[in-house]
Amino acid sequence: MSDLMIRVDSLGKCYRIGAQQQRYDTLRERLVNLMVSPFDYLRTTLRAPTEEENLWALKDISFEVKQGEVLGIIGRNGSGKSTLLKIFSRITTPTIGRADLYGQVGSLLEVGTGFHPDLTGRENVYMNGIILGMKKTEIDTKFDEIVEFAGMERFLETPVKRYSSGMQVRLAFAVAAHLEPEILIVDEVLAVGDVAFQQKCLGKLQAVSQEGRTVLFVSHNLGIIMELCSHAILLHEGKMIASGITSEIVKTYVSKYSSQTPELVTTTHHEGAVITQVALLDHQKQSVQVIDYDFPFFIEFEFEISKPIHTLSQWVRLENQFGVSVLFAWLAYQQSYQADNYHAVCEIPAQLLTPGRYYVDIGLTNHRVQFYNQAHKCLSFDVISGDVAFDPNDREWGVIYPKLSWRID
Amino acid sequence: MAKTQTSMSQTNQPVISIVPPQGWGKLASQELWEYRELLWFWTLRGIKARYRQMALGPLWVLLNPIIYMLIFSVVFGGLAKLPSEGVPYPVFTYTALLPWHYFFDVVNFSSTSLLREKEVMSKIYFPRLIFPVSTAIDAFIDLMVAFLVLIALMFYYGIAPSWHIWTLPLYVLFAGATALSVGLWCATIMVRFRDLQHAISYGLSAFMYATPVAYSATLIPERWLWLYQLNPMYWVIEGWRWSLLGIGQPPQPYMLVSLLIVVFLLISGLYIFQHQERTIADWI
Repeated sequence: MSDLMIRVDSLGKCYRIGAQQQRYDTLRERLVNLMVSPFDYLRTTLRAPTEEENLWALKDISFEVKQGEVLGIIGRNGSGKSTLLKIFSRITTPTIGRADLYGQVGSLLEVGTGFHPDLTGRENVYMNGIILGMKKTEIDTKFDEIVEFAGMERFLETPVKRYSSGMQVRLAFAVAAHLEPEILIVDEVLAVGDVAFQQKCLGKLQAVSQEGRTVLFVSHNLGIIMELCSHAILLHEGKMIASGITSEIVKTYVSKYSSQTPELVTTTHHEGAVITQVALLDHQKQSVQVIDYDFPFFIEFEFEISKPIHTLSQWVRLENQFGVSVLFAWLAYQQSYQADNYHAVCEIPAQLLTPGRYYVDIGLTNHRVQFYNQAHKCLSFDVISGDVAFDPNDREWGVIYPKLSWRID
Repeated sequence: MAKTQTSMSQTNQPVISIVPPQGWGKLASQELWEYRELLWFWTLRGIKARYRQMALGPLWVLLNPIIYMLIFSVVFGGLAKLPSEGVPYPVFTYTALLPWHYFFDVVNFSSTSLLREKEVMSKIYFPRLIFPVSTAIDAFIDLMVAFLVLIALMFYYGIAPSWHIWTLPLYVLFAGATALSVGLWCATIMVRFRDLQHAISYGLSAFMYATPVAYSATLIPERWLWLYQLNPMYWVIEGWRWSLLGIGQPPQPYMLVSLLIVVFLLISGLYIFQHQERTIADWI
């Protein structure tokens, strides 16, 4: 078993949440509370958290990684990927279980950590390298290589704050790419720079694995995962639901999120019209939960009218992962309906939504804006894009990302 | 590559075991030593960044104690005509201001260090102890710069240091340990209770008047001296005056009491800091 690099055994991370646990951010609040209701205070502070207050961000994770393996970690937002990486890089501790690492770990959770805007490029290369776990002598020998990789020879003595953000990222990645730990943990760092630079980074990561080092890799980009990783695990709501050869796992991932039929919960304000079924279909009319940015897709729903209604309109609203309402689409033209079942389709054009997570609200309303029936967050989906590696948590991309026509004179 | 493999096949023990926090563990002083390069670079980063864009640069370090020296000399020495044990008031108070400012800076910066660096802490692991410890080194460099002014002052007033000067480094260590012990406690608590920040700034200014910085300790009534002398900074400041100017309070057996307090605070501070360190990313 000498080639075993990582062994994870029933690892779990629990966060305490919920209304019961009040977060006291100030000492004063806590003191006031202690004065006002001492017994309540003690009760909530001392008793063990109930099941509802525990959020298991990760539970029962077990797997092994051998030397030279590149393990991809797949899962939707909130599935526990980041928590897992944070535990590996020792930023946070697990609640139960254990992970044994048979080698030094270097993590690239975000490039450029520790960059100081007032220091020069040269100084920051050293600073960043040392934070990432290199020795000074190691940086001395690799310095020229790092600078060449970043293509920054001319700006070494310039304070980093005068760099463009692209330059900063290139320099930071160059440092990180020259780390030589036995285990490398990488999270979405490829989502930086232009396509040419990304290719360079991918090549570097491939070289790293061919040198026999072990890599744990998280990305939303399934294409990159398939290209880089030999094996993968799939996380869903904190649990590991599959592990094995990458192509199999990707298949499982895609099918899992397409076959799943969500439980429909609607709220009725006025009797007479009810949404009975909702679905998300891609351009080939397949039921999906992952949408390709380059293709249109459809929000379909069925509704049942139990008594004749003169004016009824349908609408669809999309909310993004930051809770921002991205678009609201009426069927502007209202018509009267006889009691029957109806089928509605709303087409969302291709190349419109910023890649990321979306939630769908669907509603039935009359002309006086009285709700008949509403399905809140009845669907959720991810828009992914192959050509640009987005950082789904970066709000700089804007709420929509349309392809517009340009003219340059 | 081949080298990596041999080193690995020899070790069947994991290099790193990640387990839930259990009990209080032992102090990770060894780990701090392993990360000494980072400690040095982190300190250097702070110093360089601070002086990079200032026209006067290191002169600001001098300005602060000099201004206080002028104020105290005018108000306490000139107007209130407080005794200064036979030494010119500027030298008398400047000698105390140096260790006091060192203490002040270390407490101030180390207690907020975790909050200031949360960005780094949520992304990468290294012993968090580096933050407070680097502030102690950083402030020590400022102290040495400001010490040059003291030499100039003593030269100007024709005061030769007493032969006790060899004890001065010990008093600097004493001040550092005191400041760090307070800083560690405050940093740990501040992660959960942000408003401690305000309490600290008031507490520090009040504490200065409980320490013979601006005035002479000879003004303290005899019967309160036992209480007054519990303050570790009393011994530090009197020690500076004793070793440099030949006035003030030489070390006494009673000093051991405050020394023990500091040792206790420092060790408990290290423990509580380290205990908190493991869950810190979940709080900030």
